[in-house]
Amino acid sequence: MTTHPQVIDGLGATPSIGSPRTRVEGEDKVSGKARYAGDVQVERLAHGAVVTATVARGRISGIDDRATLASPGVIGVIDHRNALRLNKETGSPFFGPDGQLQLLQDDRVSHGGQPVALVVAETPEQARAGAELLRVSCVEEPHDIAFGPNHQAVRPALTAFGPDADKGDLEAELAASAVVVDERYMTPAQHACAMEPHTATVWQEGVVLRAIDSNQAPYGVAATLATLFGKPLPEVRVQCEQVGGGFGSKTGVGPQLILATMAAVLLDRPVRVALTREEVFLTTSARPRTDQRVRLGADAGGRLRAIGHEATFEISGKAEFIENCVEIAKTLYAADAIRTRLSVVPLDILPVASVRAPGTAPGSFALESAMDELAERLEMDPLELRRRNEPETGPVSGLPFTSRRFQLCLTEGARRFGWAGRDHRPRRTRQGRLLVGTGMAGTSFLTTAFPSSATITAEPDGTFTVAIAAIDIGTGARTALRAIAADALGVGWDSVHLKIGDSAIGPAWQSGGSLGTTSWGWAIVAAARDLLARLESGPALPVSVTSDTTEEIMSRPHRERHSYSAVFAEVTVDPATGEVRVRRLVGRFAVGRVVNPLMVRSQLTGGMVMGLSIALQEEIVHDEASGRHVNADFADYHFAANADVPFIDADFVDDHEPDDPLGLKGPGEIGTVAVAAAIANAVWHATGKRQRELPIRLDRVIED
Amino acid sequence: MKEFAYSRANGVREALVMVAEQENGRFLGGGTNLVDLMKRGVEAPDLLVDVRSLPLAGVREDDDGDVVIGATTTNSDAAAHPEVRRRYPALSQAVLAGASGQLRNVATVAGNLLQRTRCAFFADLSTACNKRVPGSGCAALAGVHHNHAILGTSPSCVATNPSDMAVSLMLFDAVVHYETLDGEGEIPLSRFYRPVGDTPHVETALPAGALITSVRLPRATAGERSRYRKVRERASYAFATVSVAADLEVRAGRVHEVRIALGGVASHPWRARIAEEELRGGPAVPERFRAAAEAELAAARALPHNGYKVTLARNLIQSVLTEIAG
Repeated sequence: MTTHPQVIDGLGATPSIGSPRTRVEGEDKVSGKARYAGDVQVERLAHGAVVTATVARGRISGIDDRATLASPGVIGVIDHRNALRLNKETGSPFFGPDGQLQLLQDDRVSHGGQPVALVVAETPEQARAGAELLRVSCVEEPHDIAFGPNHQAVRPALTAFGPDADKGDLEAELAASAVVVDERYMTPAQHACAMEPHTATVWQEGVVLRAIDSNQAPYGVAATLATLFGKPLPEVRVQCEQVGGGFGSKTGVGPQLILATMAAVLLDRPVRVALTREEVFLTTSARPRTDQRVRLGADAGGRLRAIGHEATFEISGKAEFIENCVEIAKTLYAADAIRTRLSVVPLDILPVASVRAPGTAPGSFALESAMDELAERLEMDPLELRRRNEPETGPVSGLPFTSRRFQLCLTEGARRFGWAGRDHRPRRTRQGRLLVGTGMAGTSFLTTAFPSSATITAEPDGTFTVAIAAIDIGTGARTALRAIAADALGVGWDSVHLKIGDSAIGPAWQSGGSLGTTSWGWAIVAAARDLLARLESGPALPVSVTSDTTEEIMSRPHRERHSYSAVFAEVTVDPATGEVRVRRLVGRFAVGRVVNPLMVRSQLTGGMVMGLSIALQEEIVHDEASGRHVNADFADYHFAANADVPFIDADFVDDHEPDDPLGLKGPGEIGTVAVAAAIANAVWHATGKRQRELPIRLDRVIED
Repeated sequence: MKEFAYSRANGVREALVMVAEQENGRFLGGGTNLVDLMKRGVEAPDLLVDVRSLPLAGVREDDDGDVVIGATTTNSDAAAHPEVRRRYPALSQAVLAGASGQLRNVATVAGNLLQRTRCAFFADLSTACNKRVPGSGCAALAGVHHNHAILGTSPSCVATNPSDMAVSLMLFDAVVHYETLDGEGEIPLSRFYRPVGDTPHVETALPAGALITSVRLPRATAGERSRYRKVRERASYAFATVSVAADLEVRAGRVHEVRIALGGVASHPWRARIAEEELRGGPAVPERFRAAAEAELAAARALPHNGYKVTLARNLIQSVLTEIAG
């Protein structure tokens, strides 16, 4: 074996983990060379345009496609009358059959914006023109999108992410508490808003269905697609070289891929379906609305006796989902009694799914706002309140923590922010017409690794080819995995070739749950270990080894494994106009060993911007009368613009996960989580008025 | 999107003839609003006559000392012009508060005056909208209207005009100059936008087929202290919730001259003449500013979800006048 130590980006080549290396595909991206799913050239490519339902509930009574079929360039129309029949059992291991996948299977319309037809033509423009000529008649039925915890259809959520917590006697502890908080918090539906609209290019190559698709999980998507279309997995291959963000919205088989596959098979042509921005909003899943009740009870010294967290969220009648708002309540603080409940209300909406820290983002807003309210009633520093409730073992599970660095995050964050000396009473600082306030919040975020496989080949030239069905959705996974492989093989960066983004490589976890790098990194470490052992006997090269981590991961002891953060915010409020602006955000994160500080910091900073948007701007607006999503574009669905983003200081505290071979935890989503509560708490500190409903719109803040 | 023809005119008269000869022809400026609406099918012209190469760009001072902004001047150029910034700062501030740098670099001044409402139902062909299809109804009345109008509305329409620029032009009593095949004409901005009534689809008093050639800012209305403040849900790239353009001259503690225009509250930029009248000659104090604003807003008709705009408009008028009064 040879090593090739040399300077890359001014850095030594080994060790690679810990080096702030820029993205390996960075130059391709900024120069336009990087190829996304819509950039791939395919001969005889046809283009599909989606037709969506304009009613929220009803039955398609007729489709007149004569004008469409006569329109220039139109090749065909696919709707429920001629669509391929799909396997109705297809779904996810967590949530069961997913009715959202059953596109064009019958005449039912169950949410506004549901795809009801695909028009395929020689060019995208001709497809769109043909789609506009399609006349779809619907018999409209009364719809129900009125969400609330007292809805008559409310029922318990699935428990695939663990049972409700029922530790101690909540009511008795509340009754015995010196101070009690009992408040209701509400969060709206939010969308992932990935920059790259979902796009798929599909063609048949012999018996094999080939797809280039924007997704977060090439292997998982291929497996689901195979099940959905009744094909053996080896006859489905899904690739994706570059993906322009996912944030949860590309973890499953998207409508673009289902519709393009149907068209490619039925019309025997390569077909591309690129969703428009509006279609991304209308046809790819959002985070559900939540309505949460948090009850906290503490003794006069601030020791928690009771944590009650009951969360209700909306789902579609077509698919189950768990927005696990109560995850943090089970693990972040010690309390004598902890009781959690998760309920769902099925409505006539697009099925909901994972969006940017599912569960924890809305859940932490409720719990960490309530903690601030408790500190207020205790007349205590909210930071100190969190110091006094540090658990020694899992508060509900009783299991040991692997590496719990929450207090370190609080301490380091407070120091960097300048928290000490804060007057904890509200409405004490005025600067001109502005009120100024500060607030903080913290969170945990579940971390683990999921089974994956990797193949490493020792090449005759002394280099190594690492293949894993990972995917880089813009986070820098490609760069991180190459560093992990170089270190695992004990070679320089240049000696590693990395192949990702191809389902044919073998089973691998998705870029989801903040667990891509932990899951894939482990598999690469395992394969490197096995390959190096194999090379000791001096075999003829090339030689390949494939390793799977299922057994190692499943044999780990049961323990509480979490990332942690503490977030501090300073805001200004103009009480005359209700405008809230964020001046400063500081986040300290315990996310295990950091593979690449440049990229992880960037990801956490981006996550905090998302948290800021969730606090102040993001909100899917449904028109109650029509049942439809009315702000389905970037002009009307607001998130932070550059001008809204202040100085953000995101950094790590020293951390190492002992149950991971590389010491890793997932740093992906935690950046988003505690920000909304920190900002809401700062708005209270500025104004004296609690904000229990997101986003903190100006009409909720304005004073008479 | 319907197919359409595109032509580039080399002279104003040629442009006017081109549009006159086509039943459904439209002038194309920056296209930042028209083209979006064409993509959605809300606008469906058969012909676009591109007027950007006509000699209508640029800002100049005329013989009377008025500032004349050519119709195809970009929003960016209008905002950056030294005379605009010096004499009409509220106009420069308003333009810069709108859209994004990229959009302002292509959007024209005339196009800005003619931009359509951002009401979601106006842009959605599958819903009722009297502005888009006269007589079809108004989905906003019983639907989403969080950001809709509170002044000058009718049962036919509660949409707002989204322009920032036009609010400040209203403040300065700007005059719109146009040309038709019959010759030149002008309309004060105060009469440019038509009341909603039961014809919300008729938005301006511009004659059919007319091409706006310039917008004139009278020398007499210049206001070096004038200000524009825009309230919105994020710091950039959002339409106004409510905006205020104002100018105020205080002499010996009393209001000598005052002008106030509001954005985001009506189907057109709203000149707050009742408030102005209330203030003139009176003490220049915040309580009076607030009372005058309340007088103006007494006629406000709020819907179930936009009542906060009444409070906001009042507070904003008070805040901006207080700021100018120093």
